[in-house]
Amino acid sequence: MWWRKRSKEKAKERLKLVLAYDRAKLSPGLVESLKRDLLEVLRRYFPAQEEGLSVAFEERGEKMVLIADIPLR
Amino acid sequence: MKARAIVVTSGKGGVGKTTTTANLGAALAKLGEKVAVVDVDVGLRNLDVVMGLEGRVVFDLIDVLEGRAKVRQALIRDKRVENLFLLPASQTKDKEALDPARFRELVRYLLTEEGFDRVLIDSPAGIEKGFQTAATPAEGALVVVNPEVSSVRDADRIIGLLEAREIRENFLIINRLRPKMVARGDMLSVEDVVEILGLKPIGIIPEDEQVLISTNQGEPLVLKGTSPAALAYMDTARRLRGEEVPFRNLEEAQGLLSVIRRLFGGR
Repeated sequence: MWWRKRSKEKAKERLKLVLAYDRAKLSPGLVESLKRDLLEVLRRYFPAQEEGLSVAFEERGEKMVLIADIPLR
Repeated sequence: MKARAIVVTSGKGGVGKTTTTANLGAALAKLGEKVAVVDVDVGLRNLDVVMGLEGRVVFDLIDVLEGRAKVRQALIRDKRVENLFLLPASQTKDKEALDPARFRELVRYLLTEEGFDRVLIDSPAGIEKGFQTAATPAEGALVVVNPEVSSVRDADRIIGLLEAREIRENFLIINRLRPKMVARGDMLSVEDVVEILGLKPIGIIPEDEQVLISTNQGEPLVLKGTSPAALAYMDTARRLRGEEVPFRNLEEAQGLLSVIRRLFGGR
């Protein structure tokens, strides 16, 4: 169906995300508060902005890594 | 599979563990193996009704483990196929009575002393003690999963727990696949599920009305039918025995429309 996103793509995206958290034994809400705290600390040093700040987990082979993308200006 | 003691599990309930155990047990017996299917779902016994053997239950697993009955007294021989036996779960006794170490002993006994080639253990749903006990004697596992988010998520948990128990010979059985929905992008495909879970499939079972019909009648599908799911279960049993059996194209022979689509170069 070209007029809407295939629902299985959505399912796959959601599953990949939730499994990344499950496997790392983390709750998605934890990352939200980490993001808030991180922003607070960053602001002490840089004029960091909330827009564009992303904190996410990524699986790299066997390892889980935390990726923070912090726009400074 | 090298594993002779195999746990059939899924995490989530209702995805087809019991149906899979019954059909693979019957299929393996049909292929010449001496098979015991063991129901470990104490209090929620169901393998007996799915197989149509409920009328013949006298003793159960707990009776054997606690010494009230001999294994041979509790094993119910399926008369429709040579060398298929059911060991039913207890419906009334306390599930605490199911001791993992004794259960492991019993499965060993079946394989070494009673001449069974294969023991299929039907695990209860969940990740708690029931599953843990069912997995205790297992050398390998069949993880039954439906192409659907909650089932895939729970399967991932179970796979982690199997690995933690050092059960290594594990395969997926992707159950209730609806090829038409996959074709139009509204159901996770076999490839998607395999990619997400990182486990190889050994069986792909299409959604098939005959499954419910055969459960209604109390006769494992593989013993009578040649419907798509029956064929898929037979294929799965052959792969389990080490035969190279290609996966069927489930989209084939789905009526006129797909024939026309193929004529015009579609899949």
